[in-house]
Amino acid sequence: MSLYLSIAIIALIFVVIFQIAKASEYVSILKGEENSRKQNNKINGFLMFAFLVLGFIGVYVCNEYLFDKTLLAQPAASVQGEKLDQMLWITLAITGVVFIATQFLLFWFAYKYQEDENRKVFFFAHSTKLELIWTAIPAITLTVLVVFGLRNWFFFTGDAPKNAMVVEVTGKQFGWIFRYAGKDAVFGKKYYKNIDPATNSVGIIWDDKYAQDDILTEQTMYVVKGQPVKLIIGSRDVIHDVGLSHFRLKMDAVPGIPTTMWFTPLYTTKEMREKTGNPNFAYEISCDQMCGNGHYSMKGIVEVVEQDEYDLWMAKQKAQYLVAFPEKDPEAAKAAAIESAKTNTTTKDSTAKKATAKM
Amino acid sequence: MSHEAALHTHESHGHDDHGHHEHHDTFLTKYVFSQDHKMIAKQFLITGMVWAVLGGLMSVLFRLQLGYPDASFPWLESILGKWAKGGQITPEAYYALVTTHGTVLVFFVLTAGLSGTFANFLIPLQIGARDMASPFMNMLSYWFFFTASIVMLSSMFVETGPFSGGWTAYPPLSALGDASPGSKSGMDLWIISMALFVVSSLLGGLNYIATILNMRTKGMSMTRLPLTIWALFFTAVLGVLSFPVLLSGLILLIFDRNFGTSFYLSDIFVNGVGALSNEGGSAILFQHLFWFLGHPEVYIILLPAMGMVSEIMSVNSRKPIFGYMAMLGSLFSIAVLAFLVWAHHMFVTGLNPFLGSVFVLLTLLIAVPSAIKVFNWLTTLWRGNIRFTPGMLFAIGFVSLFISGGLTGIWLGNAALDIHLHDTYFVVAHFHIVMGVASMFGMFAGVYHWFPKMYGRYLNNSLGYIHFWVTMAGAYLIFWPMHYEGLAGMPRRYFDFSIWESFKQFAELNRFISTVAMIVFAVQILFLINFFYSIFKGRKVLDPNPWQSNTLEWTTPINPGHGNWPGEIPEVHRWPYDYGKDGVDFIPQTTPVGENESSH
Repeated sequence: MSLYLSIAIIALIFVVIFQIAKASEYVSILKGEENSRKQNNKINGFLMFAFLVLGFIGVYVCNEYLFDKTLLAQPAASVQGEKLDQMLWITLAITGVVFIATQFLLFWFAYKYQEDENRKVFFFAHSTKLELIWTAIPAITLTVLVVFGLRNWFFFTGDAPKNAMVVEVTGKQFGWIFRYAGKDAVFGKKYYKNIDPATNSVGIIWDDKYAQDDILTEQTMYVVKGQPVKLIIGSRDVIHDVGLSHFRLKMDAVPGIPTTMWFTPLYTTKEMREKTGNPNFAYEISCDQMCGNGHYSMKGIVEVVEQDEYDLWMAKQKAQYLVAFPEKDPEAAKAAAIESAKTNTTTKDSTAKKATAKM
Repeated sequence: MSHEAALHTHESHGHDDHGHHEHHDTFLTKYVFSQDHKMIAKQFLITGMVWAVLGGLMSVLFRLQLGYPDASFPWLESILGKWAKGGQITPEAYYALVTTHGTVLVFFVLTAGLSGTFANFLIPLQIGARDMASPFMNMLSYWFFFTASIVMLSSMFVETGPFSGGWTAYPPLSALGDASPGSKSGMDLWIISMALFVVSSLLGGLNYIATILNMRTKGMSMTRLPLTIWALFFTAVLGVLSFPVLLSGLILLIFDRNFGTSFYLSDIFVNGVGALSNEGGSAILFQHLFWFLGHPEVYIILLPAMGMVSEIMSVNSRKPIFGYMAMLGSLFSIAVLAFLVWAHHMFVTGLNPFLGSVFVLLTLLIAVPSAIKVFNWLTTLWRGNIRFTPGMLFAIGFVSLFISGGLTGIWLGNAALDIHLHDTYFVVAHFHIVMGVASMFGMFAGVYHWFPKMYGRYLNNSLGYIHFWVTMAGAYLIFWPMHYEGLAGMPRRYFDFSIWESFKQFAELNRFISTVAMIVFAVQILFLINFFYSIFKGRKVLDPNPWQSNTLEWTTPINPGHGNWPGEIPEVHRWPYDYGKDGVDFIPQTTPVGENESSH
């Protein structure tokens, strides 16, 4: 009902505007078309000036309202982010000056040189000198920006420091899986056909000697403040993207083609909560590549903690091998033995079958 | 072959008078299967307008979701049925709307609707030709486009919905029906539609090139062509060279989807289905093929607008376009560079950093010819005598938007900054301003300026002014604040931001943007009313040259028949921009150079 009502109202407004516009045509014929054309020209010329002034005021007001909601209002949370923010400010300054100057000239000229019977236009068709000036100046400015940008680009995409901690990130519809290499600091090999969503979500090859201490977690990744972390990024199904806006970084997760990205976190999650004044602050991982209907909900968390807290957390993690094969777990085996003594042996059979299938 | 066609057109229409001709045309050959370039142009324009309305309406619907994520609109359910259960758009429907909005606006409106309309309409009229090199091919071009439209439209009605993986259609998402319902039969139809569209664009493009090169009237040397024609020429060359690459990419995609090949697929495990047997393909390969078209496509959209703006600006400033050769050179360098920058869409795909650095350099290089164009437009206005026709207003609006959106291109083209801004609302703001709205403004400028030639009547000026000022203000109100969302890292293509601590602070802003978007959309309806009303009832054009313009199209009768000039095609003696020369307001191209005239 309300829909029809609003359609009716909009239609009515249209009819009114249309009739007025139509009437203005008749009025202009009465007044003399040339006169009313000149009058319209004056109005539009004035509006050009008004748009210039209101536009710049609008830019200012918009900035007042929105600046605090952007990341520029908070410190960048990584070394990379600091460099990026610096570059962003320089780019903003340069493009900002050009923006103000050219928009000003455009609307000012439109206003100033609006039709005037007494003006004789300046027949000015060509000037090599001017063309050279405004070829050279942008070229030089852009060279500066390119040099500056490429230095950062090669730093961001360059090799991670040797002491970097390595985490493997795997995207799937619609969530994140993280793998830590465990005590041996080497990831076990994986093959996608081994994937079992319940026990082996990234397809680890259990036969590999480096595989059995690998640790898998979902949704939350723990990293240490001040220690470089290198992500090895992949995907299980479609293309995703590890978006770390607080660290100012992102990298696609492509099935079959691993990518990497590294950064050094500067503040723990706790410190960031204080700095931003937001008790709910979290380093959210957003999926930044369209990946299907759940794309908007594909959220992960990076927990940046101090080393001791990280060690505590790591100590609590259980190797995925033992999760997949509880009977191989010395602690769980004890519990299972007690359990199986009580019940029949069918459960044990089925897990054993499952285990052979995985091999 | 084109020469033969030219002769044929010349013979059959050259010496016919207008009345004699109408006698032969049936309704079907005049309005439907017409081979008159002017009618084909109108067909492209009106089909494009239908798609613009549909595409715009789609954006209003998904803006409704973004602006009012918690509200329920029962009327939505009555329109969309299962796609809006309980009056709320589902994620499936949201993504389908976003995808179709992008596809339709980029290809059907701003490629076919823009080039198709103005290349067809202006090339023969401004170079002094009776028609296109091959009028029949030209007709086919429209009907392939029409068929592509029908196929795209039909994809909205399949059970699993239209394609919903974004207009870029990246595999594996677009290749796997199991990964997304929209990638089932909706995607097959999407591919078929795009393939037909590529054929249409090739038929049109080859025709435009052949016509411009071979069929110029006596005296119309290449450097006497209006800049519009130059822009349309480069556009056609870009299209002819890049669209086939998209087609090849899509054919491989069809194979991957239906015949078990692995061009783009490798190491995939789909939830609920299991591991696929495909190994060894590269999902990134598609992106290279896609953007090899996709980036030139941006200029296919932008160049015609630039050309028309140059023309309209010069005419209404009563001053020559400043730096004709520099404008030409910058068009040329943009066209060349357009082919060398595609990977700047792929900075975060794991691209080799060295390769990335080359693309940074080439991308930022485009800013140089772009800057030249802007400064030349500004100088064209300087010390002119400006008439604010609605066409001129939109031309000025184009320059303003091109500056705003072009400058953010310098941010995004610099790979190090792109790492942060890629796929955020900053990108949405950038390309909507510089490519979407700016080109739309170019198109509006063209429609307002050449409407009198198309229909022998004027559009209503007052409605034109309202249309311009609301759209101009609205475009900035919608897209300017989006830069801030992008600077917060807010990702594109999100159905809902309420679960995100990092992005939910923009809920109020999103509501504001959605409201403005609806108002701007409503004003476009006002333009449509003006357009269709004026075709039949607009003020009649009495002066064959209503804008006191120099170009050839205004030497034709007010309502030119098929063949354009009733008698001989006029001869050209000068360039098209002699405005205000030696104190004379304008000197048409057909006027011989006087003995005492200074050379420009």
